[in-house]
Amino acid sequence: MGRAKLPRKSTNIDMTAMCDVAFLLLSFFILTTKFKPAEAIAVETPSSVASKVAPNKDFVLVTIDKDGKVFLTMDDEQKKELVANTVNSERNLGINVAAFKKAGFIGAPLNGLNSFLSIPEENRKGDQLPGIPCKDSTNNELTYWMQVVKAAYAGEKMDLLLKGDNIAKYPAFKNVIAAFKKNELLKFQMVTNPENAPEGSELWKMSMQGIKQDN
Amino acid sequence: MAELDTSGGGHKKGPGVKKGKKLSTRVDLTPMVDLGFLLITFFIFTTTMSQPTALKLFLPDDKITDEPNKAKESGVLTILMGADNHIYYYEGQLKPDGSNFLSASYNGENSIRDVILKKKADVRSRSRDTENPYKDFVVVIKPGAECNYKNLIDILDEMAINVVKKYALVDISDGESQLVKISDASSQTSASN
Repeated sequence: MGRAKLPRKSTNIDMTAMCDVAFLLLSFFILTTKFKPAEAIAVETPSSVASKVAPNKDFVLVTIDKDGKVFLTMDDEQKKELVANTVNSERNLGINVAAFKKAGFIGAPLNGLNSFLSIPEENRKGDQLPGIPCKDSTNNELTYWMQVVKAAYAGEKMDLLLKGDNIAKYPAFKNVIAAFKKNELLKFQMVTNPENAPEGSELWKMSMQGIKQDN
Repeated sequence: MAELDTSGGGHKKGPGVKKGKKLSTRVDLTPMVDLGFLLITFFIFTTTMSQPTALKLFLPDDKITDEPNKAKESGVLTILMGADNHIYYYEGQLKPDGSNFLSASYNGENSIRDVILKKKADVRSRSRDTENPYKDFVVVIKPGAECNYKNLIDILDEMAINVVKKYALVDISDGESQLVKISDASSQTSASN
């Protein structure tokens, strides 16, 4: 009976090291994740096959909510200050520049801007605010806003974004476009959710061949 | 490692002398690792999923009016959008009796995509220009007052999907808007019957 006996080894491994790594990675991802902030203006964007990621720096965003109300968002605080000062000097509104700089978005007519800025930030909800008047060409305050914003960005790169709700009616969109056109802002981008090109379509064939779409 | 020592307290010292059990401090960490990686996967997925994209649109300058873009009638497809996701189209000029004013849908049967592709093939077959057979192909998009933003994006998207190089966003005329309204109303009554 000269059979050699293999020594029995334990199948248990020390999990401590692996656990350490797992939780290190976990804490890294938790800390780097930016959760989608609770949006003050509820907008459900449509989806498109556009593959270009929307810029998230130096943008000027015009939002149309489901009732066709228009809001203006800017991310650059310096530009915001410039805009506030220009509006103050041209329209004599005496708005609070510091509050304007901190405001996440603008959603009130010019004459109601002061009372809008006095509402605490967390209580500004898109559905309770009047929005920027942009109904027709005679009372289109957005035209004025875009003029001031354009002047503030004079010569610098500015990404004009338009974000509309699925069920916003077309006339609201048309009025916003009219305001852009009046200021010769002819290039803009519409924020959408990504979507794949339908199988079998020409775009799909092109992407299969590795041709990049130009829009 | 990783198991609890249950071997009892060893030998007895004697009556009345109690000795604390020697417990191993090692715990099985496998479930904790599982949980850790589960959460990691969750966070990885949630961080990269919701990046909005941007659809570019270039507007024509209204001030440049010297050279209006004349399109050949045979290569023009006009798409009109009405309320409740209704969509209509006609090829070339709208006939006075409205006989070439047809209805389509956004997807499914008789979809606008098929209409666009059919027209595109039609233009190609008639074109004598071999270098750029789609030169005369223009899609005119006329959104009605009742259509919504999603419809507009869908149509602009359709242009990208079907690789339509020339398209224009044009205001709807009064006559067409009447026609769209009537068609919307008639399809509504037929749907409710």
